[in-house]
Formats: sequence, structure tokens, C-alpha cells
Amino acid sequence: MASSTIQKMGIDFSVLTVGLFVGVFTLLALLVAAWSPDPLFEIHGWISLLMGIVAIAAVCFWAAGLKRSKVFDPSAYEDTLIKWGVGVSMFWGVVGILVGFVIAMQLTFPNFLYFPEYGFLNFGRLRPLHTSAVIFAFGGNVLLATSFHVVQRTCRTRIAGGMWPWFVFWGYQAFIVLAATGYVMGVTAGREYAEPEWYVDLWLTIVWVAYLLVFLGTIWKRKEPHIYVANWFYLAFIVTIAMLHIVNNLAVPISPLSSQSVSLMSGVQDALTQWWYGHNAVGFFLTAGFLAIMYYYIPKRAERPVFSYRLSIVHFWALIFIYIWAGPHHLHYTALPQWAQTLGMTFSIMLWMPSWGGMINGLMTLSGAWDKLRTDPVIRMMVVSLAFYGMSTFEGPLMSVRAVNSLSHYTDWTIGHVHSGALGWVGFISFGALYCLAQWMWKRDRLYSAKLVEWHFWTATIGIVLYITSMWVSGIMEGLMWRAYNEFGFLEYTFVETVEAKHISYIIRSLGGLLYLVGALIMSFNVFMTAKGKTRKGEDDHVHAPTNDGLPAFAEATPAE
Amino acid sequence: MNYETLSSFAQTWGLLYFVVLFSVAVVYALWPSKKSEFERAANLPLIDEEPINE
Repeated sequence: MASSTIQKMGIDFSVLTVGLFVGVFTLLALLVAAWSPDPLFEIHGWISLLMGIVAIAAVCFWAAGLKRSKVFDPSAYEDTLIKWGVGVSMFWGVVGILVGFVIAMQLTFPNFLYFPEYGFLNFGRLRPLHTSAVIFAFGGNVLLATSFHVVQRTCRTRIAGGMWPWFVFWGYQAFIVLAATGYVMGVTAGREYAEPEWYVDLWLTIVWVAYLLVFLGTIWKRKEPHIYVANWFYLAFIVTIAMLHIVNNLAVPISPLSSQSVSLMSGVQDALTQWWYGHNAVGFFLTAGFLAIMYYYIPKRAERPVFSYRLSIVHFWALIFIYIWAGPHHLHYTALPQWAQTLGMTFSIMLWMPSWGGMINGLMTLSGAWDKLRTDPVIRMMVVSLAFYGMSTFEGPLMSVRAVNSLSHYTDWTIGHVHSGALGWVGFISFGALYCLAQWMWKRDRLYSAKLVEWHFWTATIGIVLYITSMWVSGIMEGLMWRAYNEFGFLEYTFVETVEAKHISYIIRSLGGLLYLVGALIMSFNVFMTAKGKTRKGEDDHVHAPTNDGLPAFAEATPAE
Repeated sequence: MNYETLSSFAQTWGLLYFVVLFSVAVVYALWPSKKSEFERAANLPLIDEEPINE
């Protein structure tokens, strides 16, 4: 009853509730800024206070505009939010890749950007900044934007929750700002891929629950009776990440006014929880979420139905039930009981099947439209991402075998493996989806330049190849050097000799990263110009548009041999 | 709780659990009367330009 009265006054209920949340957030930030004896926590208090004030101003402007315009018009899709998502994803993508390049250079030339008086430029501070920026800031924003796009389209209804999706989006950016500034100041919980401290974790939990409710609300009011497979994958990603995030970050703050906390778990239990989280961040964040992108954007872009919808159902259930068990393979030859190591290894090997089943389903969606590989570089990017997915999901189970792991673990082989998945699979499928969204959300006939997509594609592909091949070489080499014994049973090499031997590989790796960064910059320019509605002169429009017989226009003029 | 108890549990009830889950998923996916629904679903990304408004 209260909500209907408020609606009669022309104020949307969701704006009030979001405003309330933002108000409480700002008040708490003020308390921290005023009273915390911890200088780093105090800085976070001021940053949060600033963000809270900006958010309150935004909510007020929004509430004032409600009467005049139909901002929550139920008869149209919410596309403005997705445009923001595209822009923010590009921004964080470039930042994350740039920091990655910087730390690759620091590993190669230890004095690169190293100033003893500026701790925030140290490798130890920048490394979590890089991993979180590419995984959570870039990948997370791509997942937010695409999931909001896909769930509206496949449910044929506007996103639920009025202003709440906007809360999710900006609340997530606030999380990123707090996490990133914390890392460079030295605020860290010390858990890999989960470095944010307790208060940032709590904030993410609130944002994530809102995300889940917005997503479920949209599915709840769907106009299409069937829940499309991409939404299943997104839902698995959202639910599982909520569970992983909460359990892995169970901790007790030293005091409510301290930025530091102590984990509830210790010893091998702590290690297992960490890697249960860590591997499922790969499985549910970097795989399930991006498979949802595959199941929507590849059919949509190729203008072909999903190759086998039945296979997609089996793919989904097999993948989510197996992935959750694979984490212990990170703890071979540790204090973890051997049966648990074997369990992790066995489930990792079983993952071959759903991974490849899904990859084949994505690739075969192009059947009848293979010519698009040649004519549409965006499709090519997404198909090559599936090739990298197939490669890294073959390599992963192989590396999880205990005997192989005894060589590969703690070496650069792992780094190479992660990057063939991250740069090849996650990066390329994201770039493909962002190119699609840039064209579709701004309602353009084509991108600013298909040629620049080609340039992006080739610089990035060569960059990935340089990266992973150099890491294979240095990883296997250092693994073999570490385990080499001389005739007296002593270790053949000192550690620093293995570091010296890797120098050339590290130079090649940095070059690969630089090429990948250049590709992302080319893309940013292309997306920006597409959003502005420009098209590059001298590029034929019709070459990239499908014609009636499915052949590119220039093929018709080719004489038969 | 030692290795033997856990491995025998995993190799019997664990196996059964996964076989049943997998079978249910496969049977659901192959259920004949679902054929038309799934064929329509495979085309969903291609028919979603506008929201449906009553």
C-alpha cells in the first residue's frame, strides 16, 4: 500500500530504497573517516564518503526527473545501463592489461618503475591490482553488461527492479575502487584473487545479492516461457560466486574501525578453502559466465540457431556439477590428504568432456555460416576464443595429473596456462561481445571500422602466442632445472640460475603483453568512434553485410574455374 | 574417517549420485515432447528485438 501511494506521488519505490542504502553507506563512511585510528581505513572512509555523496546527488537528480520522463518505461529494454557497461569494461580492460604489462616488465627488468620510496609501484602491490583489474573489473563488468543485455532479450522484458540494476552497476564500481586503492596502499587480506579486506567483502556481498535479485526478478517476470540456456549459465555464475565469496572470506575484523581481519580458517583447511574458491572463480566466473556469452552472442552474430540445444542442457548440468570439485588439484604434494588431491585430479580430468562438448556446440553453431569467419572479424574473434578455450581446457586437466603437476607446479607453465585461458578465451569472447554491443546498443549499421577489428585481432593473437609459447619454454625449463641432480645427489642448479635462464622468455612475454595492450587500445578507439556514430571512410559497407544467398557480395563476381 | 571409508563412499554413493544426475539431465534433454520447445529455444537469440508488452 505504501509503495502505491509513493508511486502516485510520482516517485519510484526502488529509488527510495536505493537512496536509503546509499545513505547508510555514506553515514558509515563518515564514521570511519572521523573515528578510525587506522590511517589506511581512514583514507578508505574519505574515498567512500566522496563516492556516497556523488551517489546521493545522482539519486536525487534521478528522483527529480522521474515525473518528467519515463525512465523505467516497462515497454522498452534498459539499454543505457549496458552502454555504460561497455564503456567501463573497456576502461578497466585497458587499465588491467597495462598494469599486467608493467609487472611483466618488472619481472624482466627489476628496476623498471621501481622506486623504494613509492611502495605502491612495487610488484607485490601491482600484481593483485593486475589480477583483480582484469578478472573482476574487466571480466566482471563484461559479465554485468552482457547478463543485463541477454536476460532482457531472452526473457523479452525490461530488467526488473527499477533503479536496483543501477545500484548493482555503480555499487560494483565502488567495490572495484575500494579494492584497487586498498591494494596499492597495502590493505590486503592476502587471499589470492580475494585480496579485498572484510569491509570491501561485505559491500560486495550486498551488491551481489542485489544482482541476484535483479536477475531472478527479470526471469520471474519473463514473457518468454522458456528460460534460455545463457540465463542458466549466468544464474549458476551469480549463485556460485555468492557462495564462494562468502565462505572464502569468512573472517573476524580486528576491530570495527580497523581495516585488518583474521581468517576463520587456518592451516590446510584454509588452503583448501582458498583453492576451492580459487578454482571455482575460474570455473564459475571465467567459464560459466563467459559460456553464457558464447551461447547468446555467437548465434546472434552468426544469425544461426544454437547447434544443439539438447547438448547445451547436458553441457550446463555436467559442467556445474563437476567443476565445483576440481580445486584440490592446486594442492598436490602438500599437507592436504592424498585422497583429496586425487579427487581434485579425477574431477579435473572429467571436466574434459563438458568443456569440449560446449566448445563443439559453440563452434558448430557456425555451420552454414562458415563464410562469416572470413568476412566478419568479430565472429572470427569469438571463434578463436573457443579454440583457445578448447586448448586451455585440454591443458588444464593434463596439468592437474599429479605426475605432470610435479613438473609444472610453481613454474611459468601455470602462468602461461592461465593466460591462454584469460587472454585467449575470456579476453576474445569479451571483445567479441563488446564489439557486438557497441554496434547494437548505439544502433549502428556497422562498427566504425572492420579493418581496425582485423588489426586488433592479429596484434592480440600474435601477442597471446608469444606469451604462451615463451611461458611454456621457461616453465618446462625451470621445472626441469629445479629437479635436476648431479652425480653426488646435490641439486644441479641454484635458484638464481633458473631466473637467469628465463630472462629471454620474460622479454618475449613482455612483448606479447605489449601487443595485447596495443590491440585493446585499438579496440577502445574503434568502440568510441562507433558510439559516436562515425564510420571510417574507404571501407565498403556491403562486404560485411550478409547477402541473400549467404555469400559475401564480392564472391558473386568471381568466375567459375 | 580414513581414506578407505571415504573412497568406498565415493566409489559407491558418489558414483550413483553422479550417474543419476547425469541420466536425469540426458533424459530431460532427449525427452521427445520437448523437441519443439528446444528447437524454438535454439532460435531465441534471433527473435528478441522488442520486449513483449500486453
